[in-house]
Amino acid sequence: MIELKDLSQGFRNPELMQSLSQRIHQLSAQLSESVKIMEVCGGHTHTIMKYGLNQLLPRNIEFIHGPGCPVCIMPKERIDHAIELAMLPEVILVTLGDMIRVPGSKGTLAQCRAKGGDVRPVYDPLDALEIAKQNPDRKVVFFAIGFETTTPMTAVLLELAEKQNVANLYFHINHVLVPPAVDAVMADGAAKVTAFIGPSHVSAITGSDIYQPIVDCYHTPVVVSGFEPVDVMQSILMIVEQKVQGIAKLEVQYTRVVTAKGNQAAQQKVASMFTLRPHFRWRGLGDIPLSSLVLSEQYRHRDAEIVFADALSDQAIEDHKACQCADILRGLAKPNQCRVFGRGCTPTKPMGSCMVSSEGACNAYYRYAGLAFDLDLTKEATTGKASINRAKTEKEITA
Amino acid sequence: MRTVQLSHGGGGQEMNKLISDLFFHHFQNEILLKAEDAAVLQLEGPIAFTSDSFTVSPLFFAGGDIGKLAIAGTVNDLAMVGAQPQYLSCSFIIEEGFEYHKLETIVKSMKAELEKSGAQIVCGDTKVVPRGAADGVFINTTGVGTVKYPNISVSQLQAGDAILVSRDIGCHGSCILMARDELRLESELVSDCATLWPVVERLIESGVSLHAMRDATRGGLSAVLNEWCEGSKIQIDVEEEKIPIADAVQGLCELYGFEPYDLANEGTMILAVPAKDVPAALDVLRLFSPNAEQIGTVVEAQQHKVIMHNPWGGRRYLELPQGELLPRIC
Ligand code: SF4
Repeated sequence: MIELKDLSQGFRNPELMQSLSQRIHQLSAQLSESVKIMEVCGGHTHTIMKYGLNQLLPRNIEFIHGPGCPVCIMPKERIDHAIELAMLPEVILVTLGDMIRVPGSKGTLAQCRAKGGDVRPVYDPLDALEIAKQNPDRKVVFFAIGFETTTPMTAVLLELAEKQNVANLYFHINHVLVPPAVDAVMADGAAKVTAFIGPSHVSAITGSDIYQPIVDCYHTPVVVSGFEPVDVMQSILMIVEQKVQGIAKLEVQYTRVVTAKGNQAAQQKVASMFTLRPHFRWRGLGDIPLSSLVLSEQYRHRDAEIVFADALSDQAIEDHKACQCADILRGLAKPNQCRVFGRGCTPTKPMGSCMVSSEGACNAYYRYAGLAFDLDLTKEATTGKASINRAKTEKEITA
Repeated sequence: MRTVQLSHGGGGQEMNKLISDLFFHHFQNEILLKAEDAAVLQLEGPIAFTSDSFTVSPLFFAGGDIGKLAIAGTVNDLAMVGAQPQYLSCSFIIEEGFEYHKLETIVKSMKAELEKSGAQIVCGDTKVVPRGAADGVFINTTGVGTVKYPNISVSQLQAGDAILVSRDIGCHGSCILMARDELRLESELVSDCATLWPVVERLIESGVSLHAMRDATRGGLSAVLNEWCEGSKIQIDVEEEKIPIADAVQGLCELYGFEPYDLANEGTMILAVPAKDVPAALDVLRLFSPNAEQIGTVVEAQQHKVIMHNPWGGRRYLELPQGELLPRIC
């Protein structure tokens, strides 16, 4: 078993942090243009905000938050599906933590539960198997979410259900892929991203090679990075070094786990059970062809979208007009530029998905960046087009 | 297996037997055994008075159980205003079918915890509710005590005060999280659940000036510090590095994206004392836990916020915990 303390030790060393910061300051002084780094994954957004990394960096390094939070990018109609399923008397809907607080057009899964829907949030997808076994007369639907990181777990759950003949377990698949989303952001061009930090947990499964086409096509550095403060700072240094040399290549900072080819056993398992879905609508990014997965032909009998087709709506639903999640997910706006940020939209009463998820950019800003706004410790505070409108405390918001 | 039946709450023979065999037997003292409609108490003012209900899940956890919690929680609320805990009431709401021996374990651990402060249970009540109407056992305890050190208050913090913690934070919250079925984690970690009166008594005896004290229960360290900032209209600067956190607690937080500052404690207190009294206060605190530490200072400022400084020079607000999927812990 891993010792819990091993998870963070060593990667928060103050001297190391300061020397990385100094090196970045020195090198970036040689740059004529600022570097706009997109951290694809919300986990990195949280590291940057929580540990105040942006306060350690020169002004010509800017962060742009990307579309890599599986809760944030879930369009409303998919959440509506979950609610429609949960409201069927025979169905128990199982999903992962934060998902139950994301609003669809019919409220959240948490509200649906209060109205009598049987919704069970779990930390481990395999709990869905136990729930299915304990409730043989009900239909258990696992509402599967996540990027390449969590897909193998869903595959294992499916494999076990098949092997153990647990016939009452179904899947509503919302597994999405990082490279098509990154490509969509770059193809759109408006975000003006000039470098990427790639999430290490995705590449632990897929390998780092998945980003090579992005590097080749857009001549943009990609560094696959761990999530500790030292990891992120080192990755930023690696990007700045590339920029100073005028090159763009794929590098791995997180060599502790990530290899070029990744975990091939996991990839094979996923490939044997899933195929590419022709179309998937992302919140904010719209339809991206071949950007998500669906159960392959032989598992149709477990595909909730087929089995429960009659109960599911099929209309695309747009976000609330005031919500700027779409712009945030496309790298066009910062959370504090949203008019309702910290006022109409807070972690306890979220309007958009970016405020709900513990990986969401708005959530990270709300939790960690308040002081930065008040003291102008952040570049966002000066470059933002809207004024800083973050309300001070929850009390003031509700007062 | 003996279980508690609805009839045990019915007011008849069965209920009398439950009360005399279990509650009177373990909690016995002169006032309780009189079994009057109300306990008649001798107290010298000023008096502190507090009440709390306990609904923890699971009922038994590493380092304690709901009974220990129900005593420590109420006794600590009294201790935190400088009052010596003296008399407690105790009401049980028991779910039909609850195992008798579990109830007995809970009662025994209440008795053991009472001995640490010398407080007595002098009255109580028992209700049994149909299966499904409660989650095992709920306990309410109410307590009174004599104030030995006046004016300890959320509004008494002053610029220059030091902020101390009595031990490492977040153990109770982490234990409860780990004990939940869906996490299935293993660790050596035990809850910090404990009676704080002995340490408070020593602090008072040692002559340390006490401006504010609070046990950091639900909402953890973040909640206490934010309440103090509001209550005293001051700013608190905290050094992240100085906050004592056990490795296992830190690891759990990494895994689940929690902040240790938001996790509940049941026997950890935060104190504000004048800077000159810090060495004396730490001497006393460290008799009880080697991890006691000064974690911050109070400063005068326009904004009444908690500012956390990280070891590489970054700053951020330490906000009140919110919007999290934390399990029910107390
Ligand atoms: S603040 Fe709320 S409404 Fe605005 S973009 Fe973020 S999540 Fe959407």
